[in-house]
Amino acid sequence: MSDAPALTVEGLVHSYGEREVLRGLSFSLKPGEVFGLLGPNGSGKSTVFAVLAGLLPCQGGSATWRGRSLLDSSAVHEELGVVFQTPSLDPKLTARANLLLCARLHGLFGKPARERADAELAAVGLSGRADELVGTYSGGMTRRLDLARALLTTPRLLLMDEPTSGLDAASTRDFWERLEERQAREDLSILVATHRPDEAERCHRLAVLAGGTVERVARPDELSALVGGDIVTVKGGDPESLKTEVAERFDFDAWTTGDELHLLTDRGHEQVPRIVEALGTGRLESVSLRSPTLADAFLKIVGTRLDVDLDPPKEQRRGPPFRRRRA
Amino acid sequence: MTAWQRNWGTFSCLYLREMLRLGRERMRWAGAFAQPLLFWFIIGSGMAESFRIQGAEGVSALQYFFPGILVMIVLFTSIFTTISVVEDRQQGFLQGVLAGPGSRLALVLGKVCGVTTLVFIQVGVFVLMAPLIDLPLAEIAWARLVPVVLLASVGLTAMNFTLAWVLDSVQSYHAVMSVVLIPTWFLSGALFPPPHSWLRNIMILNPVTHAVDGVRASLDPTALGVIGVLGPVAGSLIALSVYCIAMLALASWTCRRRAA
Repeated sequence: MSDAPALTVEGLVHSYGEREVLRGLSFSLKPGEVFGLLGPNGSGKSTVFAVLAGLLPCQGGSATWRGRSLLDSSAVHEELGVVFQTPSLDPKLTARANLLLCARLHGLFGKPARERADAELAAVGLSGRADELVGTYSGGMTRRLDLARALLTTPRLLLMDEPTSGLDAASTRDFWERLEERQAREDLSILVATHRPDEAERCHRLAVLAGGTVERVARPDELSALVGGDIVTVKGGDPESLKTEVAERFDFDAWTTGDELHLLTDRGHEQVPRIVEALGTGRLESVSLRSPTLADAFLKIVGTRLDVDLDPPKEQRRGPPFRRRRA
Repeated sequence: MTAWQRNWGTFSCLYLREMLRLGRERMRWAGAFAQPLLFWFIIGSGMAESFRIQGAEGVSALQYFFPGILVMIVLFTSIFTTISVVEDRQQGFLQGVLAGPGSRLALVLGKVCGVTTLVFIQVGVFVLMAPLIDLPLAEIAWARLVPVVLLASVGLTAMNFTLAWVLDSVQSYHAVMSVVLIPTWFLSGALFPPPHSWLRNIMILNPVTHAVDGVRASLDPTALGVIGVLGPVAGSLIALSVYCIAMLALASWTCRRRAA
């Protein structure tokens, strides 16, 4: 992997009406790198993605792919493959028709297009159902087909926005295994926007998004190491009252999510018996010990949880159609 | 890949998609052919006894409404085929086209030409009904009718595409359709000739009026006996040409890559 950046994004700004979502966001991606934009829903990562992919007009800033502007030129999009949050497929057409239309979009016609489509359908295990309507596919199959569509024209840069949204754990693993195999084989550069720690773990580097800018760029293990210690998760009864009780007896960082109380400790395995004893075994449903995840690291760096939704209601997200530009 | 190849790829992708979808949606065909015939027969038959237009004595209601219904096909097809753009660009097939290498004008033209092909098929079938109201097919000025329908279809589809682009929900599009788009047909001379009042000025500004005028003049100006608001058919063609170019420019500007 060369150190010279292949994709450079500088000073990206974007607003929806009065709401500023991106405030001069910058990052760069090396050739062959899997780079993640990590942030909760509403943190602006999908806006970065939409501007780079050409779904939203760029309001300010620049993005260059191998020295060519990604935002002003159509030509550079020849090297681009995109996996959207919702698959870019026509459910009323067959899988094969969808891929052939996509091939056409990238200037691939006739026999070469049919051969590419067949190869991609085989690669994602959909050859047997290639002539069925996409509308009849399961969520996992649709995702696999969408990946085939994005990789059909052998892109050099793949942009992905929450690519496994709505998939179960097995389908997510299957999706990433196929992608990683392809990435290693073709030295594909990948930019993925995600709020899922398991997806973010697969990236070479991550940019932590907060307040419309990049808060920090680091490897996933570096980010997790920032937390330090172990996480003990306690379940049972009201987590807020448990938190108060813990605060009275121990000096742990504590926070709650849903019906769970999380405690950050050193040498967690030694602390578990003490915690159980202190809180009383009869009232606890479960106590578990784990290493910090990227979600914990995000909470430590930014101060907000990864699984919250920062998105305002839809009507506030979009300004009047003709006044999208910042004042 | 040259710019021409990129744009041809985008254009043909969207055009072909319209054609493929069309081939699969048989109910859509049934509706597309039945609806205008139904409107024409109901309005024409219902008003047959009370129908009388000054300066067009001897013209029956079915004859008078024929050009208007033909333009209704153009307007309604352009509306109902562009509604899908609202969601298609946010979470559907169009996302991939937007991220593709072609220009936005190629994208607009691909969609618009696909819809226009559909319009021509429907209009072609409807025009075959003309002999039923004593308008022999041989006497129709095809060389005028075709460009009028072409310009009206391209202009209206590009306009409705723009609307679908700037609106963020199908519900909003339906509201605009009810309050703005469908009234343009009522104010086009399809149902009544331009009155000598303030309404006339609105009708002159309405592109659908020029489409109805152009179609009326192309079908048979003497038998239908109503002169267009801009005079002979050339007026309609000029007005529609200006409208068509303006709407194509507006549509490709609206979906541009960089905010101006």
